[in-house]
Amino acid sequence: MDNLVSIVTFIPLVAAVILALFLRGDDAAARRNAKWTALTATTFTFLASLFLLAGFDPQDTGFQFVEERAWILGLTYKVGVDGISILFVLLTTFLMPLTIAACWDVEHRVKEYMIAFLVLETLMIGVFVALDLVLFYLFFEAGLIPMFLIIGIWGGKERIYAAFKFFLYTFLGSVLMLVAMIAMYVDAGTTDIVALLGHRFGSETFSLLGIQIVGGMQTLLWLAFFASFAVKMPMWPVHTWLPDAHVQAPTAGSVVLAAILLKMGGYGFLRFSLPMFPVASDLLAPLVLWLSAIAIVYTSLVALAQSDMKKLIAYSSVAHMGYVTAGIFAVNQQGIDGAIFQMLSHGFISGALFLCVGVIYDRMHTREIDAYGGLVNRMPAYALIFMLFTMANVGLPGTSGFIGEFLTLMGIFQVNTWVAAVATTGVILSAAYALWLYRRVVFGDLIKESLRSITDMTRREKAIFAPLVAMTLLLGVYPSLVTDRIGPTVAALIEQNQAAVAEAAPLRLAQN
Amino acid sequence: METIILFAPLVGALLCGFGWKAIGETAAIWTATLLLFLACLLSWVVFLTFDGTTQQIELFRWIQSGTLDTSWAIRLDRLTAIMLIVITTVSALVHLYSVGYMDHDENWREGEVYKPRFFAYLSFFTFAMLMLVTADNLVQMFFGWEGVGVAAIKAFVVNRVGDFGFALGIFGLFFLVDSINFSDVFEAAPALAETSLTFLWTDWNAANLIAVLLFIGAMGKSAQLLLHTWLPDAMEGPTPVSALIHAATMVTAGVFLVCRMSPVFEYAPEAKMLVVAIGAVTAFFAATVGLVQNDIKRVIAYSTCSQLGYMFVAAGVGVYSVAMFHLFTHAFFKAMLFLGAGSVIHAMHHEQDLRNYGGLRKKIPYTFWAMLIGTLAITGVGVPLTHIGFAGFLSKDAVIESAFVGSGFAFWALVIAACFTSFYSWRLMFLTFWGRPRGDHHAHDHAHESPWTMLAPLGALALGSVFAGMIWYNSFFGDETDVRRFFGVPVAESAAHASEDGAAVGAEPAAEGHGEAAGHAATDAGAEDGAGHAAAVALPGQGAIFIHPDNTVLHDAHYVPKWVKLSPFVAMLIGLGMAWLFYIARPDLPGRLAANQRPLYLFLLNKWYFDEVYDFLFVRPAKALGATLWRRGDGAVIDGTLNGVAMGAVPFLTRLAGRAQSGYIFTYAFAMVIGIALLVTWVVLTGGAE
Repeated sequence: MDNLVSIVTFIPLVAAVILALFLRGDDAAARRNAKWTALTATTFTFLASLFLLAGFDPQDTGFQFVEERAWILGLTYKVGVDGISILFVLLTTFLMPLTIAACWDVEHRVKEYMIAFLVLETLMIGVFVALDLVLFYLFFEAGLIPMFLIIGIWGGKERIYAAFKFFLYTFLGSVLMLVAMIAMYVDAGTTDIVALLGHRFGSETFSLLGIQIVGGMQTLLWLAFFASFAVKMPMWPVHTWLPDAHVQAPTAGSVVLAAILLKMGGYGFLRFSLPMFPVASDLLAPLVLWLSAIAIVYTSLVALAQSDMKKLIAYSSVAHMGYVTAGIFAVNQQGIDGAIFQMLSHGFISGALFLCVGVIYDRMHTREIDAYGGLVNRMPAYALIFMLFTMANVGLPGTSGFIGEFLTLMGIFQVNTWVAAVATTGVILSAAYALWLYRRVVFGDLIKESLRSITDMTRREKAIFAPLVAMTLLLGVYPSLVTDRIGPTVAALIEQNQAAVAEAAPLRLAQN
Repeated sequence: METIILFAPLVGALLCGFGWKAIGETAAIWTATLLLFLACLLSWVVFLTFDGTTQQIELFRWIQSGTLDTSWAIRLDRLTAIMLIVITTVSALVHLYSVGYMDHDENWREGEVYKPRFFAYLSFFTFAMLMLVTADNLVQMFFGWEGVGVAAIKAFVVNRVGDFGFALGIFGLFFLVDSINFSDVFEAAPALAETSLTFLWTDWNAANLIAVLLFIGAMGKSAQLLLHTWLPDAMEGPTPVSALIHAATMVTAGVFLVCRMSPVFEYAPEAKMLVVAIGAVTAFFAATVGLVQNDIKRVIAYSTCSQLGYMFVAAGVGVYSVAMFHLFTHAFFKAMLFLGAGSVIHAMHHEQDLRNYGGLRKKIPYTFWAMLIGTLAITGVGVPLTHIGFAGFLSKDAVIESAFVGSGFAFWALVIAACFTSFYSWRLMFLTFWGRPRGDHHAHDHAHESPWTMLAPLGALALGSVFAGMIWYNSFFGDETDVRRFFGVPVAESAAHASEDGAAVGAEPAAEGHGEAAGHAATDAGAEDGAGHAAAVALPGQGAIFIHPDNTVLHDAHYVPKWVKLSPFVAMLIGLGMAWLFYIARPDLPGRLAANQRPLYLFLLNKWYFDEVYDFLFVRPAKALGATLWRRGDGAVIDGTLNGVAMGAVPFLTRLAGRAQSGYIFTYAFAMVIGIALLVTWVVLTGGAE
C-alpha cells in the first residue's frame, strides 16, 4: 500500500464528513449512530496504523512510507514517518478509540462532539506525518480549532475563559513560528522538511538593531520555534493555560489534550530545533535545561497546593513534560530515548489519570479532593486501577513512567549534574502530591453520606482502562519495544547534530 | 530453580489478586502460602548446596538505550543465597500466620472479601523483595527497592528521599563506568578511587561520592537517623505485614545494598566513616526512644531501627560478613517478636498499649515462651567468651567486637545501646506477661491463645532464634579463610592449606597473622611456603563481598581484649537488672522518674521531636511555597504581567465573544500576538546577546 500514511491520517476525517453529511436528527438512535461511527472509524484507524508499525524498518533512519504529490497553489503534499514520529502516530491512533468510548455518556450535541474528535484525530496524526513546512503548520494550527470548540462548547462553567486562554497562548507562539518558516523558505528555497534537514542555516553572529546575535540566523529561527513549542509542551513559565484548560475541558478533551496535544511540542523540538538549528540548540540548551528543572520543582510544589483533582494532575503533567524537554536538550541517547519514551508513557498515564477523575466525577459531579475519601471500600477495582496509575505517574519501576524519567535523568546527569539533581527532587515531590491525592480520595474513613451508595466501575469503564493498564505495564517491563524502534533514528539524529555543532564550534570561538 | 523461587510469589500474588473468584477464597490463600513454602524449601536447598561460584541467569532484556544495557537477570552468590532464605522463610511463615490472624478484621463488613487481596499484597511484596536481592544490576535492584516501598505506602515519600540519592548514585556510576551491571561496576571500583567527578559545586572523589549517594538510599530504606521517621508510622498496618516488612526484609535492604556494593565502599574510606557514624548514632537514638514507648509494636519498631544501626556499623567498618550475620539472625528473632506481639494483640482484642497488659503469662503460654526466646535472642544471652548462646548473642557480639577495632565511638554507642536494648525488651516482657492484669477486664477475661496457624510459625522462628547464630558463626565471623570460602572469595591454595593444618597459625607470631601481605600476588604467598596468611588476592567482584587488602578488621576483631568481649554481656545484665527493678521490684519508680525528669521523658517519648522539626522545616514550607507559587507566581506574575493576555485580555474577549463576531476576536488576538511576540523576542534576544 503506497499511501498507507494518508489512509491512516484521513480515515477519521472521512468519517467526520460522513457524519456531517448523512446523520440527521438528535434522537437517541442518532446519538448512538454517531458514537458507533466514531468508534468504528477510530478503531479502523488504529488497525491501519498497525500495518504502518509492522512495515516499519527501525534500522532505516530515514523517512519511510513517503508520499509526495503536487497540491494546491504550487504547494506539495508530502507525508511519511521515521523512527521519531511513528510511535506518536501509534499513540494517537491507540488512544482515540478509548477517548471516544470514554464519552459514551455525553448527550449534548453528540454528533458535533464526535465530528470534533474525528477532525482532531486527523489533524494530530497530520502533525506527526507532515514532511512539508506548510502542511505541518496547517495541521499544527488547525488542531487548535476543534480543541477550542471541545473546551468552549462541552466544557465546564468557565469554559469560555479557558478556551480563549488556550487558544491565545498557543496561537501566540505559532505566529512566530510562521514567520520563522517564511524565513526558512527564503533561505533554503524549499518547504520540504527532508530537504531542510539537510540544509545548513547560517550560524554566524551578526548584529541586528545594535544587538549582537550569537548563532545568527539559527538562533532567531530556534527562538521562534521555541516560542511555539514551549507553549505547547507547556514549559514554565508559559504553562498557565494548561491547568485552566484541563479543569474546564470535558474528560475526553482532557485526555486528548494531555495525552497527545502536549506531545506536539516535544515532537517539534526533535523534528526542527535539534536537527535544523544544531548550533542554536547547543547554545541555548542550558536555558532549556534550567527552565525544565524549574518547571519540575515549581509545578510539583504548586501541585501540592491544589484542591481540585484535575488541576493537580494538570500541574503534574507540566512537571513531567519538564523531564521531556530536559532530556531532549541533553542531546544524548539516554536523554532523547527517555524523552520520547516519557512522552509516550505520559500519554497512557495522564490519559488514564484524567479518566480516573472522570469516573468519580461522573458519579459525584465534583472534582474537589475534599469531597471524597474512603472509596477503597466501595470501589475496590477503581482503587486498584487508580493506584496503578498513581504509581506509574510517580515513576515506579515496573511501570512505563519509570523508564522515561530514569532515562531522561540519566541523560541529563551526563551534561549537567545541577540540573539533574534539581530535576531528581521531582521524584520526591511527585510522590508527595500524588500519594497525598490518592490517600485523600481512596483511603481514610468513608464518612461522607453521599459516598455510601457510590458504585464501582462498570464493565465499559474497565474495558477502557484495560488497554492502558496493559501498555503501562508492558512498556515498564519490556521497554525495548519502544527503544528498539526509535534507537537508530535517535542515534543518527544525535550524530548529525553533534557533527554540525563540532563544525561550527571553532567558528564561534573565533568570533568571541 | 532460582527462577521458580523468584516467580512463585508472583504467581501467588496474581492468583490471590485476580484468580480467587475462580478457585475460591480459601484455595487461593492456601495456594499462595504453599507456593511460598515451596520457594522457601528451594531457597534452603540453594543455600545449603551453594558452592560459592557466582552465577548469572539472564531472563530477558530490559532497558536498553545506547550504551546502557540492562536485563532482567538473576545474580546468585552467597549474599543472594542468604537473603533468599531470610526472605522466603520469614515470608512463608508470615503467610501461614496470616491465615489465622486475618480471619476477622473489623474494617470489613460481613461478606466483603479482603483476605485474598491481603495475601496478594504479601506475595507481591515478597516478589519485589526477591527481585531486589537477585538483581544483577542496579536498576533491577531499584525496581525491587521501590517495589517494596509501595507495600508501606506511608513510608513512600520518606523512602523517596533516600531513593533520590540512590538514583543519583546510579546516574553517576553510569556516567563514570558506562554500565550499571554489577560485574562492570565492581571491576571499575579501584579506578573509581582514582577518579574525581564534578558534582554540583565541587570535585569529589568518585568512589566516595557514589558510595555516599547509594548510602543515602540505604538510609531511607533502612530507616537510619534523619530518614527514620516513617518506620513507626508504618506500624499501623496489620502485624504480619510489620513482621515481614519492617523486621525481616524490607528494612534490611539498605544493609544488603551496602554489602552488595562492598567493592565500591572498600575504596571509599570517607563514605565508610559516614556509614559507621550514622549506624552508631541510629543504634543509640532508636534505643533511647524505645525505652519509653507504650505501644508494643512501636517498641519493637524502634528496636528494629536500632538493630539496623548495628548492621550498618559492621558494614561501615568493613566487616560485611558480620553485617550479614546480624541481618540473618535478626530476621529470625525480630520476626518472632513481631509475630509474638501480633499474637498478644490478637489475644487482647487489638489492644496495643503495654500499660493495659499484664499477667498474660498463664493465659497465652505458647506466645509467652516464643516472646521469651525472642527476647533472650535480641538481648544477646549466651555464655560469655564462648560461642554458645542465642542467635543475637553471637551476631551482636561480633558486631561490637568489629566496631571496637574500627571505631571507638561506635563501640561505646553500641554497648550503651545494648544496655538499652536489654532494658526495653525486658520492660516489654515484664509489662506484658508479669504483674497484675491492667486495663480492660473484659479483654483480659477473654484473652485466648491463638490458633495453630499462628503458633506454628512462632515455633519455627524460635528454632532460628536459638540455633542460627551457633550453626553459622564460623561462616560469618569465624576464621578468615572460612569466611572467605563461605562468601566465595578466592583463597590462595597454600594459605588455605596452612590454616587448615592449623600449624602455621600457631607457629607464626599472632601479629603477622593479618592480611597486610594480601597485597602481594597470590603466587608470592604460595612461594613463601604458606606464610599463614589466610588473606589472598581477590579482585573486586570475585565472590559475594570484597575486602580490601588493607582491611584487617575481621581478623583483628578476633583479638580484642577480654573486657571488650564481655562488655555487651555486662550491658545486657545491667539492662535486665534495671528493667527488673523498675517493673517488678519497684513498679512505682518509672512514674516517679518520668515526673522528675519530665523534659527528658517527653523528649524521648516524642522521638527527639524529629516529626515536629521536619514538619516545621520541610512539610509546611513546601506546602506554603506551593500555595504561594500558585497564587502569586502563576496568578499574579505569569498571568498578570508576562502574559497580560490571560488576566486582562481573556476576560475582555470572553465578554466580547457573547455578542461580537468571531472576526473581531481574531483581529484582536492577532494584534496582541504580534505585539507580545515582538516584546518577548526582544527581551530574550537582549538577554541572550550580552
